[in-house]
Amino acid sequence: MKEKHDYERARRYGMVIDLDKCTGCGACMVGCYMENNVPFKPDETNKLDSINWIRVYKLNNGKPYPETEICYLPMPCMQCDGVDLHGHSPCVSVCPAVATDYDDDTGIVSQIYTRCFGCRYCMAACPYHARKFNWWDPVWPADMKKALSPDVSPRMRGVVEKCSFCFHRYQLARNKAYFENRQNEPLGEDDYQTACAQACPTGTITFGDLNNKAHAVHQLKTSPNAFRLLERLGTNPKVYYLTAKNWVRRQGDNYLTDEEPGKLKQKR
Amino acid sequence: MNGMPLIPAGVNRCSKRRFAFWMAAVTAVLVWGVYAMFLIWYKGLNQTRMNDAYGFALWIWADLSVIALGGGAFFSGFLTYIVGKDKLANIINFAVIIGFICYSSALLILTIDIGQPLRGWFIFWHANVHSMLTEVAFCLSCYFAVLTIEFIPLILENPRLAKKPFLNHLTHNMHGVMPIFAATGVFLSFFHQGSLGGVAGVLYGRPFAYREHVFIWPWTFFLFTWSAAACGPCFTILGIWLTEKITRKKLVKQDVIRLLAKISGWMIITYIIAKTADTLYWAFVTAPSRGFTLMDFYSSPTYNIGLLFIEIVLCGFVPGLILITRKGRENAFLLMSAVILAVMGVSLNRWVMVLQVMAVPLFSFDDWFTYMPSWQEVATTILPVAYGLIVISLAYRYLPVFPQEQELNPID
Repeated sequence: MKEKHDYERARRYGMVIDLDKCTGCGACMVGCYMENNVPFKPDETNKLDSINWIRVYKLNNGKPYPETEICYLPMPCMQCDGVDLHGHSPCVSVCPAVATDYDDDTGIVSQIYTRCFGCRYCMAACPYHARKFNWWDPVWPADMKKALSPDVSPRMRGVVEKCSFCFHRYQLARNKAYFENRQNEPLGEDDYQTACAQACPTGTITFGDLNNKAHAVHQLKTSPNAFRLLERLGTNPKVYYLTAKNWVRRQGDNYLTDEEPGKLKQKR
Repeated sequence: MNGMPLIPAGVNRCSKRRFAFWMAAVTAVLVWGVYAMFLIWYKGLNQTRMNDAYGFALWIWADLSVIALGGGAFFSGFLTYIVGKDKLANIINFAVIIGFICYSSALLILTIDIGQPLRGWFIFWHANVHSMLTEVAFCLSCYFAVLTIEFIPLILENPRLAKKPFLNHLTHNMHGVMPIFAATGVFLSFFHQGSLGGVAGVLYGRPFAYREHVFIWPWTFFLFTWSAAACGPCFTILGIWLTEKITRKKLVKQDVIRLLAKISGWMIITYIIAKTADTLYWAFVTAPSRGFTLMDFYSSPTYNIGLLFIEIVLCGFVPGLILITRKGRENAFLLMSAVILAVMGVSLNRWVMVLQVMAVPLFSFDDWFTYMPSWQEVATTILPVAYGLIVISLAYRYLPVFPQEQELNPID
């Protein structure tokens, strides 16, 4: 008999990204490319068919100099919990071949490349454009092939890929915990970190288990400055953002003219 | 046996030379499409201009449109075999051929549209029962099988084939059980047409497409089924009209066309009233609850509010009102205008529910996404049109498609 899942006790890995700290250096993107064997094109001018598991957007407050303000917003896959936190994230429920799945143990949305047949319905469903299609066969110049990570399978032409919160690192951390006889203990914050969080020089990205009180993200997500992107759609992302700037927060979602960010009743 | 005529008795057909010339012209277009298709299969979807924002584009629109327009087959079958509108038996062959072409085209387009065509069977083998596409794939395939079964007796009525006793008996028996297949077709169509509505309607991350509460189930599902049943027959009428113009013959009596047009008119009117209710709830309740106003979805020069007017009023209420009035149906110009508007309307609805969904920006720091298809996409979308013309031409020449043709065009 299938056991009813306890959503409160389960691990829910997530991120808190402090936008007021981000300098837009792009180290998170570079770290991600290297860690996850993300392919690239000889000419990356057209961002609409570039593959990146985390992308840094540049926002501005729309005001002329000298009142202009800039904000850099790193956007990985939001690893949505879906409506009512049941794991029915926008992409998972639409995939016709179960090539993407919600892991109840970690809350991470997976992508099974060898199962995906490239219908792109998940891309149509994702409001964050977190999912990327392999329009070309991946080609790494000369010796770069030797630098590919053996822990992450490269993807072939015609399938969708996306950020996995470096899930292979989670698996390695679990293996390590097993050999150290810690398999029944929850993983520590340092046991499992994503490449982007480690690559960030300003400490913008904090990663951990949102349900674990010992992890920094547990507290950070409750900050009055915390918000999530397009929260009103009901996707329940596990990536939180922090900012003290109201104009940034306003651009993170859609509001009618008489509505104010932070003052709407939200489901968390 | 070889001496027996291939062309049905009692009807006139153009010369072999003229027919060959016409077929060569259409085949040239077909070959162009087939070349583009192989280019895409060989080199991949980088041959298109789709991108990560426009994952669904021209092909998915073409798919949804041909399935809606092919809806004339299931609805005509329903009216003829289940409701008992015997008069419509005079167009049912043609409706089945149109349906067969539309559904086979839809399946072909789907195999071009997927990134890994050799894994296409995963949709059946690793089926996710929660996905609308899974239901569409299953019902589409099953209904295509039904349409093939419905088409076979007509093929067997070719004079040379009909002379064979076994085939003759087979045809006779298949005609006898056709109401069962018509009912199966209605059942399957009800599901996949509805699920096609659900494809966009369930995308809760896309507020332009998303419908909630009663407006997703059963409303959106019924809207898609209803619109296909309403506008599919109009496409059948348009096909008959074009065939009559090309062959310069009257092939179906006007009272048959008017009956189908009248039923279609009432279907369109009821559909468009329901669609209006859906639009109002979406515009004034669903979208604002997610921070959008109606005009946020129509602020692009391409996707402006005029589209909504064209879809609902010009291509909805106008043809509906024309077709439900006797004067409208009896005036040939008004009748055909209404039929064309209805066909445009349902195609526009599918366009909006596919391409506009992708185009609408969800972040204020994003712009509207644009897309212009490549020649390979255009060629593979025109491919089914050429294929359809070939099937109709062959069917018209060699099969008794129109039972009233002899009576309307007596040979001296």
